[in-house]
Amino acid sequence: MIVAILVILVTLGSVAFHMWSPWWWSEIASNWVGMDDTIILTFWITGAVFVAIGLFMAYCIWKYKYNKDKRADYEPENSKLEWALTIITTIGVIALLAPGLIVWKNFVTVPKGAYEIEVVGQQWYWMYRLPGKDGVLGTTDIKNINDDNPFGLNTDDPHSVDDILIDADDLHILKDQTLKLNLRALDVLHDFYVPQFRAKMDMVPGMITYYWFTPIKTGTFEILCAEYCGTGHYSMLGYVIVDEEEDYNEWLSEQMTFEETLASNGKSDLIKIALNKKNDL
Amino acid sequence: MAADSYDDVAKNKDSIPSLEVPPQDLYHAKSWWTKYIFCQDAKVIGIQYALTAVAIGMVGLVSSWLMRMQIAFPGVIPMEAGAYYQLVTMHGMIMVVYLLTALFLGGFGNFLIPLMVGARDMVFPYVNMVSFWVFFLAVIILAASYFVPGGPTGAGWTLYPPQAITSGTPGGDGLGIVLMLVSLAVFVIGFTMGGLNYVITILQARTRGMTLMRLPLTVWGIFTATVLALFAFPALFVAGIMMTLDNMLGTSFFMPAIVEFGERLTYDGGSPILFQHLFWFFGHPEVYIVALPAFGIVSDLISVHARKNIFGYRMMVWAIVVIGALSFIVWAHHMYVAGMNPWFGFFFATTTLIIAVPTAIKVYNWVLTLWRGNIKLTIPMLFAIAFIITFVNGGLTGLFLGNVAVDVPLSDTYFVVAHFHMVMGIAPVLVILGSIYHWFPLITGRFLNERLGRIHFWVTFIGSYSIYFPMHYLGFMGVTRRYFEVFEGDNFTYSIIGINQFITVAALITGAVQFLFFYNIIVSSKFGKKAGKNPWKACSLEWQTPDVPPTHGNFGKDLPVVYRWAYDYSVPGADKDYITQDTPPSAVANAKAEQT
Ligand code: HEM
Ligand SMILES: [Cu+2]
Ligand SMILES: [Cu+2]
Repeated sequence: MIVAILVILVTLGSVAFHMWSPWWWSEIASNWVGMDDTIILTFWITGAVFVAIGLFMAYCIWKYKYNKDKRADYEPENSKLEWALTIITTIGVIALLAPGLIVWKNFVTVPKGAYEIEVVGQQWYWMYRLPGKDGVLGTTDIKNINDDNPFGLNTDDPHSVDDILIDADDLHILKDQTLKLNLRALDVLHDFYVPQFRAKMDMVPGMITYYWFTPIKTGTFEILCAEYCGTGHYSMLGYVIVDEEEDYNEWLSEQMTFEETLASNGKSDLIKIALNKKNDL
Repeated sequence: MAADSYDDVAKNKDSIPSLEVPPQDLYHAKSWWTKYIFCQDAKVIGIQYALTAVAIGMVGLVSSWLMRMQIAFPGVIPMEAGAYYQLVTMHGMIMVVYLLTALFLGGFGNFLIPLMVGARDMVFPYVNMVSFWVFFLAVIILAASYFVPGGPTGAGWTLYPPQAITSGTPGGDGLGIVLMLVSLAVFVIGFTMGGLNYVITILQARTRGMTLMRLPLTVWGIFTATVLALFAFPALFVAGIMMTLDNMLGTSFFMPAIVEFGERLTYDGGSPILFQHLFWFFGHPEVYIVALPAFGIVSDLISVHARKNIFGYRMMVWAIVVIGALSFIVWAHHMYVAGMNPWFGFFFATTTLIIAVPTAIKVYNWVLTLWRGNIKLTIPMLFAIAFIITFVNGGLTGLFLGNVAVDVPLSDTYFVVAHFHMVMGIAPVLVILGSIYHWFPLITGRFLNERLGRIHFWVTFIGSYSIYFPMHYLGFMGVTRRYFEVFEGDNFTYSIIGINQFITVAALITGAVQFLFFYNIIVSSKFGKKAGKNPWKACSLEWQTPDVPPTHGNFGKDLPVVYRWAYDYSVPGADKDYITQDTPPSAVANAKAEQT
């Protein structure tokens, strides 16, 4: 009796906790509403299974408690019942998987015309790069990295010179502008994750990974590194600020290009080849 | 065989196939050393495995206390970030490999396999003995890493390069990571010796009449898990060797060109993702290496204590085998956001959700075994019920993480921590605890104390559920895992300080009550109530030995002969509510057993 009641309490208590939990996702600030919807759907289906199994078990414990004058039923198999359950389960699984895969299809298909920017992770801070006036990110190579060239831009690539370099933990982006984030790590794995955008992807040294999203709300959102990257992992934070056009442009006008950064250090000659090529373009 | 035609067999119900395997010569211990230390009796080896695993498991448990203190009450136990990461890493690795794998396969496997299949011992007793000592060496090497300069590795139990072997990670540029990799390699060697033994014993040394489809599910679970381990561990082994080469000789299997803290390292061209593939090709089956023995054992606990045959035995066997096979083609669900080609997501999400079907069948059949049973709420049964709830919970959250698009927001958050602790931490541990209460009378001839046992059960079950159930919701909110300081994220919907303190208190209590359990074991093994022969009235062979506890060679002069499956409970027409596996049909002439 007590055991049956406790099993019911655990089952229904879990449901109650779910309904009244103040810990819940913060309001979504990107286009990935489909992820939230799939999670809610998954909650309904799995929740129903959880409650059904819990309550049924409680019923069995209460109803079929040991009695030395009774015998258990003897029924080694019941293939009808087993097949029925198998089929229902399969249907449930398909109901979960199908919407999930549709969302995933969207996630891996970057829309044409997405604005490409770069996020760089290294122990234990973030850097960002925007393509600048020409709209194209210059190519990079890890071998080029030094104090003057923290991103490792190829100094003979004409697309590099106008790239805007943001050597700080905070990034501003424009509301409603679809972004493709090109993710790069210089040392170990990191992961650029903003809970309100829902999306995340590891950054892997030696390759460029990516994901895309569209911010749909202005505001300041915290970046958390989501892939363990050594002792400072927990402190690898930053902010993404989603702006309206005016604020965004103001912020943008304060940032320096690669060319300007080098000039301010008196190192313009480093990119002479690229500048020449650029004039030929 | 030639003499008995099938007709003869059918006519004479007691007829059994003739002996195929020659009787085994056992090594009889000649001294204290060969009796207790370098012992070749699988039962003693099983106990040795179990004690060693639990001993190092205590290090894992205390590590989890320290982590929880840091998360909820930072500063009470002063600790630096590096130390926290060392705790996380050692905790995870110890729990998964050195505690659960060693305990289920080395401990339960050794103790139960020969007894349950009706063999005198493992087929290679000497190799079996060596297997334990190699495992012991692996544990010593692991423990040694606490004492080297820089301490043990803090790379996370997944040991992902480049971080695992670079200077930003504790132990990454010292001996910590080296000892971890060496210890794992030694573990794999030791395990292979034991594993081949378990598999061959089950295939070759079953007693007469013990067909594969008469094996208790415990044996099926351990058997399939061992086969998985024999295929999976080599991937870990080679990954460990390759990483050691990268680390010691400067090869670049897993190391691309990188700049760490402004310094260009000499590596070039390797792939960190290659390591992840190798790791999870081992790591995912590893989940089932822990889960399948638990599935098998819990089936037997439920059946014995509900006095009812396991529902759908054949389906249960098939489910174990199918889950085992599928577990080799789902590994990349741990890598949905790792940067691999995103199109893999479709394949791995599909295979992963397919596994849910045989897994659900297992759950249904456990519950349907209770249905119309005659349920004794003994302590093993309580643990079995708690296992079902916990496992269902953890299994269902697996449907979130396996469904690739849903995994994107949840990956690397506390949702994952909650999920895997439910499904492969707490659930198997509940089975282990339940089965210790179940088989303790066989090992020592005495019962564990009932009152202490019930306290232990309720605190452990409610405690561990309270630790992990709320944790899912922190994950929803976006609280990332492996954070030394869990801070108040600016955008979290609600403070996480209070709930973290609650979880920590629950963890401390849950951990502490395990010491009550150890006390119970020590005291009861001397003063517990005498159990006598077959106290639970079970059908399987391990309870039918002439001596309790069983002696070396297990079955006295003659090996038992098996006439039926392990689940003839409450057979209509039989006088008793169970018919042991070695009862010939002529002895229970009225019983209307359908399946044998
Ligand atoms: C009282 C019991 C336990 C408590 C309180 C506990 C607590 C914790 C905590 C606090 C973490 C760190 C989470 C993070 O920051 O990512 C962790 C990680 C982990 N635990 Fe446990 N744990 C317990 C039992 C177990 C068991 C039985 C297993 C066996 C499977 C296990 C396996 C792991 C693994 C694999 C990790 C991940 C380690 C990593 O991130 O590298 N734990 N545990
Ligand atoms: Cu990180
Ligand atoms: Cu997995």
